[in-house]
Amino acid sequence: MSTPVYIFKRILQALPLLFLISLMAFTMLKLSPIDPLAAMRANPSVSQAAIQAEEERLGLNKPAPVQYAIWLTSTLQGNLGVSTTGGSVAVRLMQHAGNTLLLNIVTLFFTWLIALPAGVYAAVHRGKFLDKLFGLITAIGMSMPTFLLAFLFLMFALATHWLPIGGMTSSDFAERDTLSQILDIAYHLIIPVCVLTFVSLAGIQRQVRSNLLDVLRADYVRSARAKGLSEEVVIYKHALRNAINPLITLLGFEFAGLLSGAALTEMVLAYPGLGRLTLEGVLTKDMNLVMASIMLGAVMLITGNLVADLLLKFTDPRITVE
Amino acid sequence: MVSSAAPQVSTPARVKADLKHTILSRMWKDKVARTALIGLFLLYFSALFADLLTPYGMEFNDPNVGNAPATLLHIHNDNGELCLPYVYQVKQENDPTTYRQTFSEIKTSKYPVKFLVKGESYKLLGLIPMDLHLFGVDSPARIYLLGADMNGRDNYSRLFFGAQKSLTIGFLGLFIAFPIGIFYGAMAGYIGGMADNLMMRFAEAVMSIPSFYLLIGLAAVLPLGMTSSQRFALITVILSFISWPGLARVIRGMVLSIREEEFVQAAKSVGMPEVTNIIKHVIPQTASYVVIAATLQVPNFILAESGLSLIGLGIQQPDASWGNMLKAAMDQPNELLSQPWLIAPGFLIFFTILCFNSIGDVLRDVLDPKLSGGR
Repeated sequence: MSTPVYIFKRILQALPLLFLISLMAFTMLKLSPIDPLAAMRANPSVSQAAIQAEEERLGLNKPAPVQYAIWLTSTLQGNLGVSTTGGSVAVRLMQHAGNTLLLNIVTLFFTWLIALPAGVYAAVHRGKFLDKLFGLITAIGMSMPTFLLAFLFLMFALATHWLPIGGMTSSDFAERDTLSQILDIAYHLIIPVCVLTFVSLAGIQRQVRSNLLDVLRADYVRSARAKGLSEEVVIYKHALRNAINPLITLLGFEFAGLLSGAALTEMVLAYPGLGRLTLEGVLTKDMNLVMASIMLGAVMLITGNLVADLLLKFTDPRITVE
Repeated sequence: MVSSAAPQVSTPARVKADLKHTILSRMWKDKVARTALIGLFLLYFSALFADLLTPYGMEFNDPNVGNAPATLLHIHNDNGELCLPYVYQVKQENDPTTYRQTFSEIKTSKYPVKFLVKGESYKLLGLIPMDLHLFGVDSPARIYLLGADMNGRDNYSRLFFGAQKSLTIGFLGLFIAFPIGIFYGAMAGYIGGMADNLMMRFAEAVMSIPSFYLLIGLAAVLPLGMTSSQRFALITVILSFISWPGLARVIRGMVLSIREEEFVQAAKSVGMPEVTNIIKHVIPQTASYVVIAATLQVPNFILAESGLSLIGLGIQQPDASWGNMLKAAMDQPNELLSQPWLIAPGFLIFFTILCFNSIGDVLRDVLDPKLSGGR
């Protein structure tokens, strides 16, 4: 099957899946006992008419299936609706998704930049001091809750005053020029990126190491060595290339988690990302907002898997897609 | 008879017993696994006998010492000589200029630390009425080894009671998620065809919702006026609900190949009903994978519970869990340096997960050498 046809087929398969997800998410949110207009109702100076107008605007006065149908049609038309706090869901979502993407892409970059060489080194120098050291560090990283690490970094920042305590920008951000704004964001990104990199490093470094070790035991590596190839050529040209497949699958997972993987870290560090927005949405029962962010997360997950499969096909001609 | 002439011929029961023996003894021989097993034993022991080991109960509070720092243990008497440890009563004052609370010791009378003292009464293991505590001091002095929270409750004691929630939720979650995941996966793989297709699509749909969003969404569904044990039970159910599909998918894959094995086909051909066949012949073949996956799944449950409680959707006050104790640290990050004990529950979570992961790793080496990455 040719690649475009395959992609088309996968997208077709994803559509009923997305429908099912939206139905499940909608039912779940509808079951929640939170009243989105509780604050308005509790305020005696807000008139009944204003509350009814608000119900009308959010579509809360119709039965649930009708609400779902309205949501579905408007979403299919590309309109994500309005949030309970006013304003377009799409705009708020894009802002926060942008912040989260920035954080996670920088993290992804540093994670692979460190994990790949560290994994290769550990496999080649198996059992040596550095391999054991990496083993210890990754064992800690695998078990470290992100929030604990975030707290530790916050304590470090409080003690030294070298790093900002949470947030994404300084209070005078708007008055700065562009270059200084970029530097300010980079400065605020240091703690969240360090936290997330340390935690996700562990799994990837271990995977690189164990894949390479498996391949280094293979017959063709032995024959490559036997015919007198230099160790560098054996490792980088023969072994590493064959060890790369499971890593691509991993990369697909990471891609899938780009938007939703850092939710807890965002909350602890007061980073204005999608995770925090979704939590606020859930707590105020902001249907349109939460539905949109869940669907966005699901689309990313499905796309991530598809991208991983396609990448695998490109890197390994033995794999045929069906 | 062969079996009487050669006693070393092993019966299936013997093989099983030997296997169990070797697994346990190989685990015990491994230094890391042994340390982790001892660590977990201590954690669960502390949780089980929390009432006995702590000076105060979970809900005991002294409003006069809210946010008080850790009680100082003095071991020198007035002449500077070593003596048995004692504490002073602590007094709270408000600084009129900075509005900060300060705490000072009232040095008029000493309160020696006593061991095995009578205190609040409780029921050990929920059965035996007792009022004995491992250590304590006489009122009105307090012994708060890790300071007090904002309501004047003892952080040290609450860590033990928090452990009861945080540590059991992992296993309770397993007992719900694993039977569902295994049976669902096994059914799908064994029946195959259209049913398999539909069942797996549903599992994929659950898996495709970002798990943390699903978690907070489901936690928000819980009605507000629930008792703490109801809430605990429902949170366990939620955690299980988001974790069974991954297992189901792997089990299905394994069952697809197991059902072609001769012994399964043989049982089928002599007319064994399908469900019996699945339970008796197919599922046991996945045992070693399931054991490893279970060990590695417990940390996920613990993490999910603490994450949920951290953001205020999990276990609610006045009940203690490690996650909701950490919420104090998240709500007042600027106090982290002056009250570093606020993140103590985080270290306990880390330690617990480290133990489970280490055991899981060694278990994988022992049970399934194919899966271990040569580590």
